[in-house]
Amino acid sequence: MALRGNLRDFTITQLLNLINLAHKTGTLIVDGPNETAQVAFREGKLAYAAIGQEDNSLATILHKGSKLTANQYLAIKQRSDHVSDKELGLLLINAGYVSQEDILASLQQYFIDITRRLFTWVEGFFRFENDMLPPEDRINIRLDLENLIIEGSRQLREWEQLQDEIPSLEMALKFTDRPGANLRNINLSVEEWRVVSYITPKNTISQIAKATKMNELEIRRIVYGLLQAGLVEIVRPEGAPLPMTSNMFPTQDKEEQKSLVNRLIKRIRSM
Amino acid sequence: MQTVKMVVTGPFSAGKTEFIQSVSEIDVVSTERKISSDGEKMVKEATTVAMDFGRITVDEDLVLYLFGTPGQKRFDFMWEILSEGMLGFIVMVDSARPETFREARGILQTFRAYAPTPYVVAANKQDAEDAWEVDDMRHALRLDSKIKLLPCVATNRKSVKTVLLELLYSILAEMESGG
Ligand SMILES: Nc1nc2c(ncn2[C@@H]2O[C@H](COP(=O)(O)OP(=O)(O)O)[C@@H](O)[C@H]2O)c(=O)[nH]1
Ligand SMILES: [Mg+2]
Repeated sequence: MALRGNLRDFTITQLLNLINLAHKTGTLIVDGPNETAQVAFREGKLAYAAIGQEDNSLATILHKGSKLTANQYLAIKQRSDHVSDKELGLLLINAGYVSQEDILASLQQYFIDITRRLFTWVEGFFRFENDMLPPEDRINIRLDLENLIIEGSRQLREWEQLQDEIPSLEMALKFTDRPGANLRNINLSVEEWRVVSYITPKNTISQIAKATKMNELEIRRIVYGLLQAGLVEIVRPEGAPLPMTSNMFPTQDKEEQKSLVNRLIKRIRSM
Repeated sequence: MQTVKMVVTGPFSAGKTEFIQSVSEIDVVSTERKISSDGEKMVKEATTVAMDFGRITVDEDLVLYLFGTPGQKRFDFMWEILSEGMLGFIVMVDSARPETFREARGILQTFRAYAPTPYVVAANKQDAEDAWEVDDMRHALRLDSKIKLLPCVATNRKSVKTVLLELLYSILAEMESGG
């Protein structure tokens, strides 16, 4: 049932990755050091965010994004108590003050800002409430998470943590065949592109590091980001010798080996 | 007498000992859980390597050994030694302790680098109140959809049997595909 834990052990970036891959719908609630944040998702896309007591009404967000003048803002704030964000948005569009794109872009910027602030929280309890969605009257967006994930993974990682995640540089990388993971839509850095251009199951990570003149820390950091964003997976290098298969079985005969496995299956079934 | 072996690995307290104990004919040799006071712990660690070892007799001339990897990090040189010649391995993960997922990912990668043998991942302690759902764990552990991630309760023999069988089916499939 529970999708909960502490950011110490499971980072915001990892959570975004999970939400993205599992196409989750619901709200992530994070109790940070000083305030609580709520970020809502629909089918794995960012829909809405709120933090602490911060005013996230449409009027305030538009004003902060310089889409409304101080006077317009004041007028709305003083007299639109009973108007929902959705209604206000429509009124403003119809009156020609802002476009629908303006509204969505301002909301997107604000929600991204909140998520970026969460990246800096190293501690705090989180839980994901399935199917809990933002209030009906709020305007939602639909933002792919990949870029946020890659951005979050670029945040400095502890050397030890990177070593835990990528213990062996003698493994290779391969692009995941996950639908929706499209490199072209992702803002990769120059270094990341250089690494990406060498990715094939034939090249080990250490060979890629050599080719791109990166040290172990640099290559691990980049590979970690790509892993987190779900773009690549670690595989055994193609054509590498298979060192330890020879003595798996007491016999080299293929049919005898199969019969042996079948005997094991039969035995365990009968237990 | 012919012998084959499988390795049961995973972070400390994931349920390796319990898993092996549930199906082994012999009492699992494990010193970890008997350690009580800190003073005693130091003495025991100096003299014994806490490692699990279980046995399933298949017939007159075939025995399956199950090895649990030692929990403490300072014994991880043993991993490579243990993994030599294994038919396959099982990575146990405590579903209720996301703080161990990172370590579990690392252990999995390490074993994959040692040997190209089939493996399965057991989402253990699914009976715990705070257990993560298997689907969420798949993403958290970054497991490709082709890799078997099996719900598990190591204290339940039937559940352990299922995990072992799934690993054996994978081994058989690998052999049949010519791997
Ligand atoms: N509820 C529950 N507890 C379990 C399960 N598996 C193991 N445990 C308990 O978790 C603790 C650690 O298990 P243990 O096998 O010693 O972990 P190891 O360090 O991986 O060998 C013990 O108290 C076990 O009884 C399970 O599936 N469900
Ligand atoms: Mg143990």
